[in-house]
Amino acid sequence: MIESIRSSNLSRHDFQIIADWVEPNSRVIDLGCGNGSLLKHLQDSKNVSGYGVELSPEMIDQCIDNDINVIQTNLDQGLGHFDSNSFDTVILSLTLQAMRQPRRLLEEMMRVGKEGIVTFPNFAHWRNRWQIAFGGRMPVSKQLPFKWYNTPNIHLCTLKDFHALCEQLGFKIESSIAVKADGAQSLGLKTMPNLFGEIALCRFSKR
Amino acid sequence: MSDTAGQSLGLVEPKSVSFDETLRLESDGQLNGYTLAYETYGDLNAQHSNAILVCHALTGDHHAAGYYDDSGKSTGWWDNMIGPGKPIDTNKFFVVCSNNIGGCSGSTGPSSINPESGKPFGTDFPIVTVKDWVHTQAQLSDYLGITQWAAVVGGSLGGMQAMQWSISYPQRVRHCVLIAAAAKLNAQNIGFNDVARQAIRTDPDFCDGNYYQHETSPSRGMRVARMVAHITYLSEDMMGQKFGRNLRKKAKFDYEFTPEFEVESYLRYQGDAFVNRFDANTYLLMTKALDYFDPAAETGNDLTTALSPATADFFVASFTSDWRFAPERSREIVRALQSNKLNVSYTEVACPQGHDSFLLEIDDYTRVLRAYLNRVARRLDKSATGARE
Repeated sequence: MIESIRSSNLSRHDFQIIADWVEPNSRVIDLGCGNGSLLKHLQDSKNVSGYGVELSPEMIDQCIDNDINVIQTNLDQGLGHFDSNSFDTVILSLTLQAMRQPRRLLEEMMRVGKEGIVTFPNFAHWRNRWQIAFGGRMPVSKQLPFKWYNTPNIHLCTLKDFHALCEQLGFKIESSIAVKADGAQSLGLKTMPNLFGEIALCRFSKR
Repeated sequence: MSDTAGQSLGLVEPKSVSFDETLRLESDGQLNGYTLAYETYGDLNAQHSNAILVCHALTGDHHAAGYYDDSGKSTGWWDNMIGPGKPIDTNKFFVVCSNNIGGCSGSTGPSSINPESGKPFGTDFPIVTVKDWVHTQAQLSDYLGITQWAAVVGGSLGGMQAMQWSISYPQRVRHCVLIAAAAKLNAQNIGFNDVARQAIRTDPDFCDGNYYQHETSPSRGMRVARMVAHITYLSEDMMGQKFGRNLRKKAKFDYEFTPEFEVESYLRYQGDAFVNRFDANTYLLMTKALDYFDPAAETGNDLTTALSPATADFFVASFTSDWRFAPERSREIVRALQSNKLNVSYTEVACPQGHDSFLLEIDDYTRVLRAYLNRVARRLDKSATGARE
């Protein structure tokens, strides 16, 4: 289920933003890599090396078809498989909100890598606010297609929330972008990303 | 069973090759020449780049696929994985499997005639190790004109050989497939092996290992050894599902020592079948080779350093219900490979069948193995056109 949100929501446009943040020839690990298409894109466009991490057997097969290294593991059990400081960039794309212990995972990311890139559905998008404020119901959208009782997204947050947690963990936000799922640009998106951004993309490092 | 695509290889024939030179063994023992029994399936391409070596496990042999006759009883031990259109696809690959020395299926072993005495080696046969096996397999590769394997593949003890290949001959292995393997046995494993060995060695018919001359064999010990081992290859859940507390053809207890439960008669049957096909001295040797395997012992118990010579692209698979070679053992290997920044993919197949899973057709397992070998085949095409990355 988590995979289905991931593959449908991250567009080629988002891939490009992430690719721009990744150094050529660097070591990358993509946590919750789905079918491996992002890592494949980074391998092809930036010549990175590294691993994808995924839980679903079907996705493992697709990663192997996509010619990426994939490790089947449950991210909720931490990154114990990986040595400290062994990667340049650790990516967690549209997965944070489904983790049991997002804070612990973020700390783990900064243990194994120099930089982190996290993308997540921004819960503060105006349509979500509208649904709660005027409909009085939990938001259901393209980004968050589940009902409250069957959603794998158990730790939703807003762009502001994420920045606050990074601050608390002592991480430095290097870049932060909010986008619309279809990649469309708008003035509102630039001036009020927490209101108009559907997907948030943040790059951070150890302070 | 959605992934049963593919055909049988049909009739296959075992081959053998003898090497004259003295083989010096890790145990300081030596063999003055030896024979390897082996089989090959599929065709070696012009570049000799499509060869896959399959390494057998504890009680396997070189007959990995196809069959010898129409009896239905001579099918190779990995026939579900090897053949035209199967995961190890003989339409694409030239597959080689040899019987390890010390074996009892055609390669030189304890039941072979010692040329110096004119009698079977018996316990005079030296202790052999995984490293020794890999060395003899390398001799076979030279003989077959294979300088580099597209992949070396093995499950359990076979996986240990594949791992040793990646360390001993890194330049000769492009892909390394380790299934239900471990970088070393733990105390529990060694304990089980010793129970098996004691069962055999304390059988009066063992005759200090020279039972061949007495025209007998320690079949009672072998039977117990196999029964114990067999339990460890299954999982508690699997045995529960398969047998539960079912009684054999009756509704109540007889209050006797004859086998009453289904599980008892099943294990006895497995034991008897094993006695008829396997040599006791070979079983002793193979279990010792398992116990001794520990490449990290030479590098300060650091597996990362032990694997540092390796250059292959690795695929590691384990099974959630395997408590003999548990997933944690595979994860140790994966971790050491990652520390060496090697290419590795790892899968942990959820299934109830225990250690035996690696021999079985389990959808998630068969599919992912097929996917990985397709990758090996894709790269073959690339290397054939000169565009190898």
